[in-house]
Order: sequence, then structure tokens, then C-alpha cells
Amino acid sequence: MQQIINFLIRNKNFLLFAFLLMLSLVFTIQSHSYHRSKFVNSANWFTGGIYGSVSSVQDYFNLKTYNQQLLEENARLRTIVSATKTGNESIDPLTAANSPIPADSTVQYAYNPAKVINNNYAKTDNFITLKGGGSSNIKKDQGVITSQGIVGIIDNTSSSYSTVLSILNSNFTTQVKLKGSEHFGTLKWDGKRPNVVQVIDMQQQAPVTKGDTIETSGKSAIFPKGIPVGVVQDYTLDSSKNFYTLSVKLMNDMTSLGHVYVIENKARVEIEQLENENYEE
Amino acid sequence: MKNNVLKNILRFVALMFVQIYLFNHINFLGYINPYPYVLFLLVFPFTANRSLYIFIAFLTGLTMDMFGNSGGIHAAACLFLAYLRPLTLRFAFGVSYEYNAIKLSKVSLYGRFVYISILVLTHHLVLFLLEVFNISNILYTLNKTLVTSIFTIILCIVFNILFSRRIE
Repeated sequence: MQQIINFLIRNKNFLLFAFLLMLSLVFTIQSHSYHRSKFVNSANWFTGGIYGSVSSVQDYFNLKTYNQQLLEENARLRTIVSATKTGNESIDPLTAANSPIPADSTVQYAYNPAKVINNNYAKTDNFITLKGGGSSNIKKDQGVITSQGIVGIIDNTSSSYSTVLSILNSNFTTQVKLKGSEHFGTLKWDGKRPNVVQVIDMQQQAPVTKGDTIETSGKSAIFPKGIPVGVVQDYTLDSSKNFYTLSVKLMNDMTSLGHVYVIENKARVEIEQLENENYEE
Repeated sequence: MKNNVLKNILRFVALMFVQIYLFNHINFLGYINPYPYVLFLLVFPFTANRSLYIFIAFLTGLTMDMFGNSGGIHAAACLFLAYLRPLTLRFAFGVSYEYNAIKLSKVSLYGRFVYISILVLTHHLVLFLLEVFNISNILYTLNKTLVTSIFTIILCIVFNILFSRRIE
């Protein structure tokens, strides 16, 4: 007994080192599996608060870019509105106040704006921190986009901050398809360049050419169909000669994000319930 | 004594602030972010209790992980740095370390360079091995370790020279 205690005292530094090392390895391994980074993340009042206060200063330097992005989006939305409007017909009857159908029964997706207060893209597993969390209806597993394309999926939320699993993260996957056909593949990132992502397992029959647009397939209940992802830069057949691997240049500049939209899918619970029932049978 | 504790707390806050707001966003050549926050652990008083030092290193790393959403990679890297520091001190400064007679601001630039380089390289190697977490990308990991270490070492030495008191 005496010897054991002596041994412990003599090696207390090594034991402390080993114990803390185990703890940090557990955190590391958890962070490498999707949705497990529960203990150490930046969606808490301390880190979120610090990021928020500094980002409010940094925002002033980017106002010009944000304005430009908003103008472009407005212009695009105006084009869509004027295309749907025919002649002198006004769109008044469709507004919420006097429509016979309640607004929320027809709208499946709701968009909540949020501000990016911290953004990473130089690591292998990148996360983005947003100002806006549970109190502004942002929940785990909701999609995040900008006016130009997809950004990621909500990973953790606190009452007023949330972290986003960025598309530039080795754990991120989502289904995407070619614009104009229904051939789909899986979007992943190889961890190398922050403006190029990969699409794997695209059927060999798919009519892929360089310059094609890739968009979300809407099969995942996270992103609605048709949100742009990027443009095909290059493609190769994989070793089995059955599937294409595409490298896709992102439309979004992931290195400069200011304001984003978080997508709430109102039919999500219903869809998941239905799918779970199928699994059980 | 009290003065010393206060000085270290101030140094911790200042280095963390600079790290999180400036050096985490450098992205030089697309992927190089130096980590000069390790300077806090490098200049931490040599006479301090070793268990306390290891624990503080762990907390320092964990703070970085919290801001970077990176699990425990900085904590693990800082632990290695803290555990290997006595060995490195003996290697870089010889016996004088045994008598606790040295101060980092009073040794030759060469000794300082050796000491900082060894520990920074160890820290970055562990850090990037855990960050990439994929043994098939070992060349990419080593490349990143080497290039980032060069920048961190330069920054650490510059900060050390700028902020250490002149030798009277």
C-alpha cells in the first residue's frame, strides 16, 4: 500500500498528463463524429458574446460588400416577381392579410436571418458561429444558406448563439443533383481548397459537362430543392467505372460570409415520423 | 508573487485576444495560421509547480478549442508542450536550468531559438496530426506543421524580444 502511494506521488505529473491527455483525446474524437461536439463549442454566452462584440466592429468594414449582395438579391427577386406578374394584375390578393388560405399552410420553408460572427475555412473541420439561436427559432439540423448558395447545417444552439457545420468540414454530406436533370450525388469536401468541393457517386449515365450547375436535390428535409451549390469544374470516372467524381467550384465565397438565412422546414417532423415508421416495419 | 500572478493573467488574456482576433484569420497562402499564443506557455515561470503548469496548459488549450470548435486538439498539443518543457530546457540551456538561475530574457538568442523551436514544432505536430486525423494525408500534415511552425517561431521570438525588459 505504502509503495502504491509512493508510486502515485512520484509519478503524479505523468499521471496528470496522461489523464488530461485522455480527456482531450475524447473531446477530439467526439468532435470528429457528426453532432457530438457537445461540451466544447462556441455556441455559449462566453465565446459567443466575445465574438459578437468584436464582429459588430468588423461589420463596418464590410458594409459595402453586404450592400452589394443585398442589391443583387433584390434585383433577382424583382425579376422573379415581375415574371410572375402578368400585365396589370397586382399581387395584392396573395398577401397574407386578405388571402383565403392561411399563410403557414402553404409555406413549407421559413427563412430566418442570422449574422455570422465567426468564420473558419483554413482547417480540415470548419465551423461557423452565428448570432441567433433557440430564441429566434433556430434549431439543430436546419440548413444555412446565403443569397448565393449553401453554407452548412446548424450543429449546436444555445438561446442566442449557434454553430454551423460548414460545407468545408469533413463530416458534412448532403445530396445534390444536376440542374435540369434528376441525377444525384453526394457532396463532400476533401479538405484542400476552400472554394472547391467534391461530388461523389454521381451515376455514370448522368449527362455531366464542364460548366453545369449543381444544386441541392431536396431529398434530405434540410435544404429545399434547387438551392445553387456551384459549377462543375472537372469530372472523372472512379475506379469501378460506374460513378463520376466531380469537382465543383462553389458559387458562394465561403471566405467572406456576412449575413445568412437559416431554413426552417415546417414539414420536417411529419416527414421524419413517416420515414421512421417505414424503418420499423 | 501576487505581481507575478497578475502579470501572467494579463499575458494570457492579451495573447488569447490577439490569437483569436488576428492570427486565427491570417490564412496566409490559404491555410497558414500561426499560433503565437503558445508563447504564454513558453515564458511561464520556470520555477512554477509542474502539476499546476500542466493543468494550466490544458486550460489554455481548451480555451482555444472552445473558440475554434476543434474538440480537444489544442488541449492535447499544449499538454505535450507542457510535459516536454523540462527536458527541452535542460537540452537548450544545459545545467544552469537545474539551478533555476535562468530567465528567458537573459540567455543567448541562440539558446532561446532552440528552446522555442523544439517546443513549437512538438506542439504543431501534435496539433495538426489530430486536426487532419487521417494518416493517409501524412505529407500534407507534415508540410502544414513545418510551414506554420516557421511563422509561429518567428512571431514568438519577435514578441519575446519586443516585450522582454532590457538586460541591465
